[in-house]
Amino acid sequence: MNGELEIIEAPDRVYSEDFVRDVFYIAINSGKILLENGAETYRIEDTMLRIASSYGIENAQVFVTPTVIIFSMNDYALTQTVRIEERANNLEKVDSINNLSRRISDGLPLKTAIKQLETIHEARMFPFWLVVLSGGIIGVMFLYLFEGVLIDVPAAFIGGASGVLILEGILRYTKLKFFIEFFAALFIGIVSVLYVGSGPGQMLDTIVIASVMPLVPGVLITNAIREMIRGHLLAGIVKGAEAALTAIAIGAGVGLVFMLS
Amino acid sequence: MIYIYQLIASFFASAGFGILFNAPRRALISCGATGAVGWIVFYLFQEGGTDAVLASYIGAIFLTAVSLFNSRRMKMPVIIFITCGIIPLVPGGTAYEAMRHVVMNQYTEAQEYAFQAALVSGAIALGIISTEMADQVFRMVKNKFGRKEA
Repeated sequence: MNGELEIIEAPDRVYSEDFVRDVFYIAINSGKILLENGAETYRIEDTMLRIASSYGIENAQVFVTPTVIIFSMNDYALTQTVRIEERANNLEKVDSINNLSRRISDGLPLKTAIKQLETIHEARMFPFWLVVLSGGIIGVMFLYLFEGVLIDVPAAFIGGASGVLILEGILRYTKLKFFIEFFAALFIGIVSVLYVGSGPGQMLDTIVIASVMPLVPGVLITNAIREMIRGHLLAGIVKGAEAALTAIAIGAGVGLVFMLS
Repeated sequence: MIYIYQLIASFFASAGFGILFNAPRRALISCGATGAVGWIVFYLFQEGGTDAVLASYIGAIFLTAVSLFNSRRMKMPVIIFITCGIIPLVPGGTAYEAMRHVVMNQYTEAQEYAFQAALVSGAIALGIISTEMADQVFRMVKNKFGRKEA
């Protein structure tokens, strides 16, 4: 490899310390919000560097993995490490940060940018009942895509909705994501086995697969491989491990019901 | 007729995941449409006898093209549409099957499902990146020629 040499010299124009700290604040918090809400690694790094250079601060370095952000403004000897404890998918916030970074590139003043960043933190969410309902709808739709039969629709709806209800409901109080996924899958298994065992249900496997679709880590696996192909090996491995653990939790939950029944 | 039902089902599955992932409200319909395009391409190829891995690759190529179009049109990051759009294609069910067989001590079947899940998700990832790369190259070439004319 013929990488360019790193340049260590004084910047052309030195900004005041307060200004630099404010830019740093915006850049690192944008990165944090992006990472916590499911953006790709390359987008996070790109956004942070772009915000810094829009305010005239060059020679910044950023290192992002799914669990940590390290950001340095080398000309000002300013570095911070941010630990990321939880990750979820919240695309609204990704979109908001993307808009903010676009406006910053167009020359948004620093103080306004800070204000807008702080309002992004309270992004609106869909109401809880709608999220649970959409879990049920996803279950029914996948029942059709997986060639299930009409009589199994109620089980897929209840399974999908209750899986999301358990996952999202308990996730507000505790951080043990894999354990909750296990319980959600366990409940789906019980519902499906009861529905088939008590008479009307016909295709047990199809019901279970359709109902667990809102929980399974399909997007996570695909994103893990995308990260790896882009060269972010560490991010890919971490996301892959997370996906594998989720799949094990769900498989174990349903498998337990099958073994007992 | 069955194609229309398939379109509707994949549309609502993708849009439903849009709600789960808290996608911006005005993007929900585009998210659903992206998923429907990806799924119907996959479905047509699979019905025509193409291997599931190859069909997923082609489906991912098309859905990424739609996502790129939507993201330009609505000025939103492309990841919103891709995340919701790949939902019908992703091998979540296969990954779950693999783990269920592991838990039930059926290791041979588990291996089969695990490899299939890995291959299909690899194919989807490659499909997404193929389209993104093609788009980048296309724009680069366009910029170059644009500059020469000016």
